[in-house]
Amino acid sequence: MIEAKNVVKTFGETTVLKGVDAVFKPGNVNMIIGQSGSGKTVFMKSLLGLHQIDGGEILYDGRNVTDLSKQERKDLRKEIGMVFQFGALFDSLTVIQNVLFPLEMFSNLPAKEMLERAEFCLQRVNLPDSNHRYPAEISGGMKKRVAIARAIAMSPKYLFCDEPNSGLDPETSIVIDNLISEITQEFNITTVINTHDMNSVLEAGDHIILLKNGTKSWEGSKDEILYADSEAVQEFVFKSALFKRVKKALMTRE
Amino acid sequence: MIQRFLTGFGAYLILLSKVFQKPEKGSMYRKALLKELQLHGLDSLAIVSIISLFVGAVVTIQTALNLDDPLIPDYYVAIATRESIILEFSPTMISLILAGKVGSNIASTLGTMRVSEQIEALEVMGVNAPTYLILPKILACVLFNPILITLSMFLGLFGGYFAAGFTGMVSNTDFIMGLQMAFIPYYVQYALLKTVVFAFLISSISAYFGYTVKGGAVEVGEASTKAVVASSVAIIVANYFLTDLLLS
Repeated sequence: MIEAKNVVKTFGETTVLKGVDAVFKPGNVNMIIGQSGSGKTVFMKSLLGLHQIDGGEILYDGRNVTDLSKQERKDLRKEIGMVFQFGALFDSLTVIQNVLFPLEMFSNLPAKEMLERAEFCLQRVNLPDSNHRYPAEISGGMKKRVAIARAIAMSPKYLFCDEPNSGLDPETSIVIDNLISEITQEFNITTVINTHDMNSVLEAGDHIILLKNGTKSWEGSKDEILYADSEAVQEFVFKSALFKRVKKALMTRE
Repeated sequence: MIQRFLTGFGAYLILLSKVFQKPEKGSMYRKALLKELQLHGLDSLAIVSIISLFVGAVVTIQTALNLDDPLIPDYYVAIATRESIILEFSPTMISLILAGKVGSNIASTLGTMRVSEQIEALEVMGVNAPTYLILPKILACVLFNPILITLSMFLGLFGGYFAAGFTGMVSNTDFIMGLQMAFIPYYVQYALLKTVVFAFLISSISAYFGYTVKGGAVEVGEASTKAVVASSVAIIVANYFLTDLLLS
């Protein structure tokens, strides 16, 4: 479980996060949504320790990140998997070498077992036949799947995904959403996704928090968001004609 | 401008302090070092060889033309060629060429990794990214550049020997005699010591500019250019101080 308590983050004169509270439970796909500039990327980077927070606490299963020693922080990072917006695969390494990288760097497994683990992860994301291709030779959807395989290679307790559907067609987006949901439940991972994609939110969001101007303005599940009265939700989710029609249809049906 | 330089220099020193830390896993660093030796060392052999051979030949011809006097023995041409190549051309000029080739490669590679979030991916995994990415590059340059410069010295002198014989300006016997006459072995040590310092400057300065890129493709290109310019200036300035320190 990850807990954020009253997290504050400032850049110079600008306060980007103004005391955000959130609890992300294991086995759940937790989603952070919000408009551009709402602070969701800064919040995720603060959770990951890539930004030093200026106030509040971040706890990973009770361990306060700000109190951890350098070594303890390094050990914690080994429990974290991250899927970046564009995959962030290492260009100079093949698909299998990308997945093997964290294993080779941090595990003491024999080479054969490492290879088996990497191949298992690639099979788990339905990518068994691209081991020796380079990132430049595969599609955007495949890159995301390799990134997921690399993220789960070390059997993480926490999985972070930054805009996992950006740049993907709707069909591939659904494949990625389902894959993340399955992996989250299968390995009981605490998954935190930062997204704009409302299809993805409604497909996979077990727990959703909406950020607006650096504060949490709504919290609930994918079933609750369609019925939420919150002004922030109305502004963000039901801005588009499509979602307005969806909401109207749901209300009419009831 | 001075404030900007000092801020940048401070950031460069901070980055260096992060680079020289204990590696996470030796085998991964050895693998990375071998890759860098191939990229920055072996792949530079061709350009260093071609330039050294022809510049050695040109230095010999120009020296011969300028010393064309019946009172000056022909073997003086070889002495002058030898001193030019060992003292300045090989260590300094070849290092400037390597600043262009290797420096731009290091800056653009690290810059691209930065803007495509590959460096953040390493950090999130718990890898000490400055050590993993920069240390093998510095080591590869510091270890391999002296080999390149030694090769450059031999090929430069061979180019001179070939040009002297081919043009008939100096006989091969006189040239060989000149190469051996009044030879000071310390000059080679001096040249190689300079090379090691230059190699460190090229790799670390270029890595700094690449590693600290913010933005996109345009900024990566700018960082690459800045890396080459800053490395070249650093080499020229360091050359003056090292020469003063080691030869005065």
